[in-house]
Amino acid sequence: MGCGRVGAELAVLLERQGQEVIILDIDPDAFGKLPPDFKGSRVVGNGIDQDVLQRLGLAEADAFVAVTPGDNRNAMATQMAKHVFGVPRVVCRIFDPIREELYHGLGLETISPTRVVAQLLKEVLDREPAETPGSEG
Amino acid sequence: MYIMIVGGGRAGYYLAKQLVEDGHEVLVIEKDAARCKRIADELGDIVLRGDGCEGITLEAAGTGRADLFIALTGDDEDNLAACQVAKTKFDVPRTVARIDNPKNEAIFKKLGIDTTVSTTALILANIEQELPFHPLIPLLSIKGGGLEIVEGKVPSHSAMVGKRIGELLLPQHCLITLIIDEDGVPRVPVSDTTIRAGDEVVAVCRRESEDALRAVIANPARETE
Repeated sequence: MGCGRVGAELAVLLERQGQEVIILDIDPDAFGKLPPDFKGSRVVGNGIDQDVLQRLGLAEADAFVAVTPGDNRNAMATQMAKHVFGVPRVVCRIFDPIREELYHGLGLETISPTRVVAQLLKEVLDREPAETPGSEG
Repeated sequence: MYIMIVGGGRAGYYLAKQLVEDGHEVLVIEKDAARCKRIADELGDIVLRGDGCEGITLEAAGTGRADLFIALTGDDEDNLAACQVAKTKFDVPRTVARIDNPKNEAIFKKLGIDTTVSTTALILANIEQELPFHPLIPLLSIKGGGLEIVEGKVPSHSAMVGKRIGELLLPQHCLITLIIDEDGVPRVPVSDTTIRAGDEVVAVCRRESEDALRAVIANPARETE
């Protein structure tokens, strides 16, 4: 759910791996981020509408990933996937680290890019600067 | 009572005004500066500018001592998140969420929200009796057979409510194959299964029996087939 940069990239990775992929977005223009040879299904619809998820056959899905720009949309859709449709594996992106922790506590698999990237940047800064050739200022 | 309201639009404004008049301690959390100003100008210092789904904002707002937390923004997902944060992080005893999509009622209940208020459902409940019929939603047309799989919701006034499947007078060539209750739990019906208000009924029927089936589902109790 969510065909932004991350959603499109992930869909392509999974499709190349041989998975059956359906990518959902509320905006039909979003699918322009997918390469023309992408063989998965592109579906326009609202991912927090139970009827839309039902039409997609979400109950049959092995996994559901929510990566729209909205933390609350992602959290709501993921909880619906897990608790209404019984999807065995659900993963959800939540930018706000506090909400990420909360939803993790409620049993969702969550990733906070804010937390992950901040940590990565700090690790880079902690390293000795000699490793990188400082060609750019 | 200390009552927090997330969302200072029209609904939030009038609710806050009424609750202040009734002598409650009220705090409205609103993102938009202009709305905040209007509330502050007219109702006094009872508004905090910020995102009511964020832990930091809710911490600053003293959510931990709130008796009642009401999320009234125009987005169902924001109201859900705000109430979940209030409930889980701050142990607010009672959370109320506004919803636009009436189907979210069951989902929100399952996710721990104490009360949902749906304008759509309220209006529907008031006009339901006057509507000529509840539409059957065609789910699938079976090729070649003239058969359809249709879905219909059993209104509270329906003659079906409280009856067992075995007692129903269904039109010919019509079979109820699945019942999904208001909590979204599906059941395969047997003749002893009792129909309840709000059940979604999925049936296989011939196209020409559809009107008769619709009448069985939607007709009020006083009428007999």
